[in-house]
Amino acid sequence: MSSRFRVPAAAFGLLPFAVYVLLFLALPTLIAVGTGFVGADGGFTLDTVAALGDPVVLDAFGNTIWLSALTAVIGAVVGALVCYALLGAHPEGALRSSIDSVSSVLAQFGGVMLAFAFVATIGVQGLITVLLRDTFGLDIYADGVWLYELPGLVLPYIYFQVPLMVITFMPALASLKPAWAEANATLGGTSRTYWLRIALPVLAPSFLGSLLLLFANAFSSYATAATLTSQGQQIVPLQIRSALTSETMLGRENLAGALALGMIIVMAIVMTGYSSLQGRAARWQR
Amino acid sequence: MLTTRTLAASIAATAIVALTLTGCASGTAGAAGTDGSVDAATATSLSAFGDLAALEAAAIDEGALNVIALPRDWANYGAVLDLFAEKYPEITITEAAPDGSSAEEIQAAENLAGQDTAPDVFDLGLAVALANTDQFAPYQVATWSDIPDALKEESGLYVGDYGGYMAVGYDPDAVPAPESLSDLLGDDYRGKVAINGDPTQAGAAFAAVGMAAVQNDGSVDDFQAGIDFFSDLNAAGNFVKIDPTPATIASGETPVVFDWDYLNVGYGTQLDGERNWEVVVFPGTGYAGYYNQAINADAPHPAAARLWQEFLYSDDAQNLWLAGGARPARADAMADAGTIDTDLFDALPAVPDTTVVPTAEQSEAAATLLGEKWAAAVQ
Repeated sequence: MSSRFRVPAAAFGLLPFAVYVLLFLALPTLIAVGTGFVGADGGFTLDTVAALGDPVVLDAFGNTIWLSALTAVIGAVVGALVCYALLGAHPEGALRSSIDSVSSVLAQFGGVMLAFAFVATIGVQGLITVLLRDTFGLDIYADGVWLYELPGLVLPYIYFQVPLMVITFMPALASLKPAWAEANATLGGTSRTYWLRIALPVLAPSFLGSLLLLFANAFSSYATAATLTSQGQQIVPLQIRSALTSETMLGRENLAGALALGMIIVMAIVMTGYSSLQGRAARWQR
Repeated sequence: MLTTRTLAASIAATAIVALTLTGCASGTAGAAGTDGSVDAATATSLSAFGDLAALEAAAIDEGALNVIALPRDWANYGAVLDLFAEKYPEITITEAAPDGSSAEEIQAAENLAGQDTAPDVFDLGLAVALANTDQFAPYQVATWSDIPDALKEESGLYVGDYGGYMAVGYDPDAVPAPESLSDLLGDDYRGKVAINGDPTQAGAAFAAVGMAAVQNDGSVDDFQAGIDFFSDLNAAGNFVKIDPTPATIASGETPVVFDWDYLNVGYGTQLDGERNWEVVVFPGTGYAGYYNQAINADAPHPAAARLWQEFLYSDDAQNLWLAGGARPARADAMADAGTIDTDLFDALPAVPDTTVVPTAEQSEAAATLLGEKWAAAVQ
């Protein structure tokens, strides 16, 4: 008898979460995308979506994608190396646990705080900038202040990408079973064959999955860029803000919906890739 | 980290809350005055109430005023709000989104329509005011005739209140005094010149490009010369692309700032003792702009909204704009009547030989041009 009630009870228990997802994810997405198809007169139009082909908008998508891809690759490689270095440390030891907790905090240390931390350290009058200039005669801004331009976003983004990689990739690396290395050694394999034939193929899906997560993280990042660079609205999240709040170019609120549609498409592709890679990775982590 | 997803979610959540609450809150909107004979929401001048005392009584009866997007360090708004609160302690002022944009003020009014928390009054750039006149209730303040015709909509839908010239503020300890726009292209200003926002987004930054256009052999009909100037500034490595704030000025991050003269004067006052800050309006053609007051047609506190307008155009408040370095709309009439603070009035930077203010059409053309060209010009 009890098993009969299990299913509805379980479904009922999921209800708060389902409502939450509906209210705060599904509905906003629908509204955001929907506005992209509504004209200024309230009727259906494809003009706003067609504006996605505007060179300024295409540039922004291009900028956002390469910025996300670049910081994701750097973050993933550096983060994976940190994880590898940590393998030697005792799993319950002070080093591992402190790096784990520091990474968890730093992975969320983005936005305005991070931007101002960078202004204070390597801004025009930042601690490090002044030190380099006065002590070593090295002016990192001799050709203009790049920190407040698109390339200047790479450093702050890496700052939260590397810790995120450490958090997401460490479990995969830690799940490499010592038995595999022993089996490799017993069968006459070298360290090279172990990494090439066993460890790397096992880790590849996790690594690529984490890479995609990092990409998505950078792609939707907004506040750091909004604080650091005010000119040109060079990435899509900033263009959405501009379309919604501009005082000088009016009546473009619906473009924000179209831009959001573009972002959702990119994110959907990335997330589909992520979940299929996770499925592959999970086979080795049982 | 704020993501676009949370942004979209919060917008949608606001919309949902707005939809569900519209029904409950409408009872308080459009409440009549104390004696029940005056509908404050349709009053177009003080005479509808009888006299100022009757308006004050009606406003005090409502007991609240919602303002939005009034930064306390903008044109002395802090002092203006404080004086109103001191004068009418029975009216609770709620200050929403102090750093919001003009466009966000209108959005808030639409999203919160019918609720107690909707903004009662707006403070708007001209472009946004022109585009949203159906959101305003017409009202002519008692001192209506003192306001120059060029600054007001004839039925009182929106009225210019305070304004000034686009100016350059600079730290005299960090850079030499610029005497003309082209000085800023020199080596002394490498990595030091900022403008207050992105011109495709913020009114003050838009005006900075307009000023650069008229100073760079262009005109308000064509902002291209202004875009070219900032493109050159960027190529010279002199343009800093962070939004200047008193904090970035204090730290020396932005020693030269294009902004309205009253905002630049405000930075100087705020940083008194920390930084020296000079303000210069370049000779030749000056670029002026006024901010406008308007009453929300759906104001939850219609009498308080009208009292706020009367207060803003009173001698006291107009002199407070002056104390903030802004030019009050009634300045000339007050000078004639002898009610202006002459010390402050005389201390304003000298007016350039000629002054331009773009029309709505010119602004629209410039905005379109900036949308196409700006991002590429400063990359």
